Amino acid sequence: MVNVTIDGKQLRVDASKTILQAAREAGIAIPTLCYLEGINEIGACRLCIVEVEGMNRLVPSCNTKVEEGMVIRTNTEKIRAARKINTELLLSQHQCQCTTCTRSGNCVLQKIANDLGILEISYAKKIKHVEWNQEFPLIRDESRCVKCMRCIQICNKVQGVSVWDIVNTGGRTTVAVSGNRKIEAADCALCGQCITHCPVGALRARDDSDKVFDALSNPEKITVVQVAPAVRAAWAESLGLTDEQATEKRMAAALRRLGFDYVFDTNFTADLTIMEEGSELIEMLKDKEHHRFPLFTSCCPGWVRFMKTQYPDMVGQLSTAKSPQQMFGAVAKSYYADILGVDAEKIYCVSIMPCVAKKYECAVEEVNDAGAGADVDVSLTTRELARMIVAAGIDVQQLPEEEFDQPLGTGTGAAVIFGATGGVMEAALRSAYYLVTGENPPAEAFTSVRGGADWREADFDVNGITVKTAVASGLGNARKLIEAVRSGKAQYDFVEIMACPGGCAGGGGQPIHEGCEYYASRGQKLYALDANNPLRFSHENPAVLELYKSYLGAPLSEKAHHLLHTDQKTWKL
Amino acid sequence: MSILKLETPQKSQQAVDALYQVLENRLASNPAGMCPVDTCLAFLRLCHSQSCGKCVPCRVGLGQLAQLMDDVLEGNASMETLPLIEKTAESIYLTADCAIGYEAARIVLKSVKEFRDDFIAHIKEGRCLGNMRGPIPCVSFCPAKVDIPGYVALVAEGRYTDAVQLIRKDNPFPTACAFVCEHPCENNCRRNMVDDAINIRALKRYAVDHAEPKAAPEAAPSTGKQIAVIGGGPSGMTAAYYLQLMGHQVTVYERLNQLGGMIRYGIPSYRLPRERLDDDLNHILSTGVQVKYGVNVGTDITMDELRQQYDAVYLSIGAHTDKKLRIENENADGVMSAVEMLRRIGENNPPDFKGKKVVVVGGGNVAMDVARSSVRLGAEKVYIAYRRRKKDMTALPDEVEGAIAEGCEVLEMYAPDSVKVNENNHCVAMNLRPQMAGAIDRSGRPSPVDAPAPLLELECDIVVVAIGQNIQYQVFADAGIPCSKWGTIEAGDDTVIQEVDGVFSGGDCVTGPATVIRSIAAGKVAAVNIDAYLGFQHELDFGVTVPEPELIDRTPCGRCNTKEREACERKLDFEMIEFGLSDAEAKQEALRCLRCDKYGPGSFKGGRGQW
Repeated sequence: MVNVTIDGKQLRVDASKTILQAAREAGIAIPTLCYLEGINEIGACRLCIVEVEGMNRLVPSCNTKVEEGMVIRTNTEKIRAARKINTELLLSQHQCQCTTCTRSGNCVLQKIANDLGILEISYAKKIKHVEWNQEFPLIRDESRCVKCMRCIQICNKVQGVSVWDIVNTGGRTTVAVSGNRKIEAADCALCGQCITHCPVGALRARDDSDKVFDALSNPEKITVVQVAPAVRAAWAESLGLTDEQATEKRMAAALRRLGFDYVFDTNFTADLTIMEEGSELIEMLKDKEHHRFPLFTSCCPGWVRFMKTQYPDMVGQLSTAKSPQQMFGAVAKSYYADILGVDAEKIYCVSIMPCVAKKYECAVEEVNDAGAGADVDVSLTTRELARMIVAAGIDVQQLPEEEFDQPLGTGTGAAVIFGATGGVMEAALRSAYYLVTGENPPAEAFTSVRGGADWREADFDVNGITVKTAVASGLGNARKLIEAVRSGKAQYDFVEIMACPGGCAGGGGQPIHEGCEYYASRGQKLYALDANNPLRFSHENPAVLELYKSYLGAPLSEKAHHLLHTDQKTWKL
Repeated sequence: MSILKLETPQKSQQAVDALYQVLENRLASNPAGMCPVDTCLAFLRLCHSQSCGKCVPCRVGLGQLAQLMDDVLEGNASMETLPLIEKTAESIYLTADCAIGYEAARIVLKSVKEFRDDFIAHIKEGRCLGNMRGPIPCVSFCPAKVDIPGYVALVAEGRYTDAVQLIRKDNPFPTACAFVCEHPCENNCRRNMVDDAINIRALKRYAVDHAEPKAAPEAAPSTGKQIAVIGGGPSGMTAAYYLQLMGHQVTVYERLNQLGGMIRYGIPSYRLPRERLDDDLNHILSTGVQVKYGVNVGTDITMDELRQQYDAVYLSIGAHTDKKLRIENENADGVMSAVEMLRRIGENNPPDFKGKKVVVVGGGNVAMDVARSSVRLGAEKVYIAYRRRKKDMTALPDEVEGAIAEGCEVLEMYAPDSVKVNENNHCVAMNLRPQMAGAIDRSGRPSPVDAPAPLLELECDIVVVAIGQNIQYQVFADAGIPCSKWGTIEAGDDTVIQEVDGVFSGGDCVTGPATVIRSIAAGKVAAVNIDAYLGFQHELDFGVTVPEPELIDRTPCGRCNTKEREACERKLDFEMIEFGLSDAEAKQEALRCLRCDKYGPGSFKGGRGQW
């Protein structure tokens, strides 16, 4: 502990803290733009500068440790003037068209410039534009980039993919796809973590909401929407609802107001995924000799892309079960079209996902099996949903709570936890136990696979057979896990991987909160939904049982194989 | 009214002169890996600012040339721009009236040729081929990538033992390097932008002089792999140290009966006391490295036998034979090679030069070592004959100055012509041919050409030839190791010999005679790649954490240099001539460090990493 004085306040702080941390903990605000705790502490934007007594030059607070006796000032004329100039310098190279920016109102630079009261820029504007494929799910706008380097760091340090790098030197230094590649060929997993960690609007997901609005206003189309588990934990974060108000039922009402004919739940096909993937695992465990282990989950398309680019020789170890999104599309355009007695071509299938990679997945030609074009026509992010709700003028405060439509709107507690890291594993184990023993385990039997953005292992005894499992989220952790498997240092039967730290709750399509990670709190909401759901086991989902009974037969049946399984090796990137 | 006035410098001119001085310092610490096109443009703009404005090609042309290059950098150029740049530069070169214009154009022309790929990358891809390499200047210019800001910070904190341990992470010869390293780290020190480079070597010296002995880190569990290192010089012993720490068993085959290679047998003890060299070697040996002394590979044991007995072999035989002058009577009595003379001193069997006149031929550090050793061996007069100018010598300026202070006479611009012998075939004089400075050669120095002047006959008893060393490569060539036509072993910059599985090579025997630190770097590279070749990827932990930078304004402050014993005293013995920094000097010098590991690009790319 050391004694420091910040703006006249005498403080005793841990010597390992930075000036910025000490100040913020004492309720003293210091603006930051490039800073991302633990990930990007490079002091590049020079906005967090403070005065330290005894020094003439200003000191970046984000990466300077406190020292005994330090006297710090965070808001003097000298500092304000320097902050203003540095902000103006940033603005001189920034495309300040806030009116047409996805981050307007949620932009760090915009807030700082406003807070500092900058009304004019003293410098000549010099905006650089670089061509970008606007059809790609991930879009970078050079004219908005502030070169904070966060995208480089998150992709390199957390995700271990290194899509981004610094290019050029001197005044032309900027960020671009690493290794002189084009983004399409850069092995990008499309996790979207660079987007959610960009302080401005330089990185965004492709916006597909217009396509959905067009479909909604097309009387020829029957619009069907599915909502991923993790979306319900975050959908209203930018809409001003309290946690109590932001229920999944109110979300269902909002979707209905948007004009969707049927509001369904991806939880339904999450349960279906468990039936297929769980059965696949059990079949494999029965015949261990003839299979390569571990079996990897395949519901995360960011992870599938990662596997395809980084470990192509292991793609065969992915479960052939489609993701819940794609199972939903396949079922909606076959089984549900039959129920409605309509031509499947008339159904327009939209998914709301916490994800950028889902935009890729639904566009993979090889994944479509219902025979009516794309099984899922459009995949929107949680952020796009929130924008559509606002665009449609829906006052969410006034909305009642409404039920999902049936039968594809029924999901169990096992399904809703798909949205948190470890959830797929836990759900699969709950049902695998039942499928092997014929009786349910306690619903809380497998909670040891829960956790955060890390890599963890757990062994479970199922009827005398030890099932070795592991869970990892974040591609950096995934790589470590795979390397351990490949070198023989680790051996598992079943592994769940989610590309985003914390799983879909922390997905790249989720609402953005500067400097805060929300995956843990969103995950807690999902676990609460599980605990409160009278149905805790996927194999007890009555709608899923009905689907098997009246349409698919049994898990892994020929029809199930045709509609619900895929060969990821054939997927084009 | 006076007709003539004394010229007094104007204030503005003084300011410009000062600016040029600052510019010179700044250029000295140019970061590595900057965009060559951008750098060339900056140069061009400076040239343009020097134009008097009289002539069209310089006044207008240089500006247009700059605009074209700016177009290239800003992505506004096409592939037609490149020939236009060349045409314009060519024309300026041909037509400008004075050097301000035509020299600028010549350099641009040369640059376009040399960095053509960079120009094209900018035009076609809108990006540079270059990238900020080595964000920490000293580390990036240290061949062994020693954590220099790290140990300098530790010295500043008084943690000398930790400082030495941190150096050992990348260089197991901290003591030897503290005395004799050529310190390329200091060349581009960013502190040059403020005042002057940090005296890094002196701080290392201070650290090794004040550190407590500390055991090497514990080795990784034994891998059961056996590795042979041929040659116990800096490169071989470095590889041996790291490989041993990685858990392999290393056996060093040393031809002579002591370790150290050229550090022991090439560097006089007044620059590096023998017992201090032993500090490093004993530390290395403490890890369990085995040594077989007096073994000649090729005669006592063959390469094939070594390859059969060991899982990998590292060839680091150095460069230990002398280069010949190829002049008349070179084999006369009294003519000897620098290698031979220094080895005899190293073996405590020095030649007797009492009252003799000695001519040393050469201008490198070895020539200075030989000359200064001759003084110490009692020579009455020592000449250093060099065919180029003194300022073109490859020896460190301090070494040249030291030799002169000790009474050596430097004869610049004299090429060896022949040795004059008496009836007993003993040397009695050296004939030197006067040279004059000619055109600039590839090394950027004027090439010496024979001057129209008579030979200089320099009476002498001894001639020592110090014009370089060769490699005893023949037995290895015979064993199938690829060798170049210059007699060096052909290994990649990863020390791998592609043609021969499991054999690696590095140090002087690959590069030709170079510096200690480059040999150490090769040993380190070899250790990592041999480890990988054996299927491992060991990471070594030396357990030293580097303190945060001291929070101070780094205002201009002079560099402290080390002092030496006075010349007339030190030249009488082989005792160490350099004094280390005082406590106050070391502290101040260490705090001058700008901590580029933390400030600037070091905080982002590169930084401090495991190798």
